[in-house]
Amino acid sequence: MDLEAAKMVGAGLAAIGAGMAALGVGNVFGSFLESALRNPGAADGQQGRLFIGFAAAELLGLLAFVVAMIILFV
Amino acid sequence: MAGEAETAKVDPMYQFTVEPLLGESWNIAGYNIAYTNSALWMTITAVVLFIFMLGGMKRELVPGRWQMTVETFTGFIEDMLDANIGEAGRKYVPYIFSLFMFILFANLLGLLPVGLFGIHPFTFTSHFTVTGVLAIMSFSIVLIVGFWKHGLHFFSLFVPHGTPLPMIPILFPIELISFLVRPFSLALRLFVAMMAGHVLLKVLSGFVINGWNAGVGFGFLVGIPSFVLMIGISALEILVAGIQAYVFALLASLYINDAENLH
Repeated sequence: MDLEAAKMVGAGLAAIGAGMAALGVGNVFGSFLESALRNPGAADGQQGRLFIGFAAAELLGLLAFVVAMIILFV
Repeated sequence: MAGEAETAKVDPMYQFTVEPLLGESWNIAGYNIAYTNSALWMTITAVVLFIFMLGGMKRELVPGRWQMTVETFTGFIEDMLDANIGEAGRKYVPYIFSLFMFILFANLLGLLPVGLFGIHPFTFTSHFTVTGVLAIMSFSIVLIVGFWKHGLHFFSLFVPHGTPLPMIPILFPIELISFLVRPFSLALRLFVAMMAGHVLLKVLSGFVINGWNAGVGFGFLVGIPSFVLMIGISALEILVAGIQAYVFALLASLYINDAENLH
């Protein structure tokens, strides 16, 4: 396999991380909705924590994207 | 992306090119300070933000619609700082508010469909230099406030309360690294989120253009669904623009909370 092809394969593999982050972000919002529907009164107070969790899960997907971009363009 | 001739027609990375607008030879001490399209859109953002705030600062007893909008935003940031930092958070309202509004307006202005009139909107928050400076500013406030207020006691931030003594040499470097990585993660999140969204939109627009160029059949099969998807993604990008501005302000306030209250 020459270098160009290996780069493309590597960038594609890095995209798996983006999919995994999708699982994580979905889990954050899913769990929030599940418990918010059980106790709607407490939901508004937890919105800050919701977005902290979302930011933490999303960052890892974005890192995977950065890795892919670095492999492709740098 | 490189290689085939058809895919090279729409270059999704071209939108991020920084170009000097008023001549390239503005130099100070060997550094080029040319007025670029990035600087132009920062100016536009600042002017729009200034006008927006000016319209809401009439201080009427019965607020009109405009003043109500501005007060909603200020109240939102005040509530966030109250919840995260407490009473001491009041003095950070101007900084966090400016940060939030600047990023929000920059993100939204970069999404404007002014390309229809031949003007190219430029999202300067999709550049690491810009978000990096914003993150460094926030992180400097954390460091300055932390050391000013607590002195060397600030280092107790890296040793959580009640840690057993043998765990301290292991825990300290981990906490230190997670602390030092914060400005990078803060800047990286905003920059990549904005860049990824804009690249996605341009890739889809490439599908539309190349699909119709390949023939009517491809146009209906690929072009139309891609265009519908583009409209949906544009709506999602407006949401992301808001969420990223909020997350940036939220995390900045959380980090300031660490400096103010030390756990």
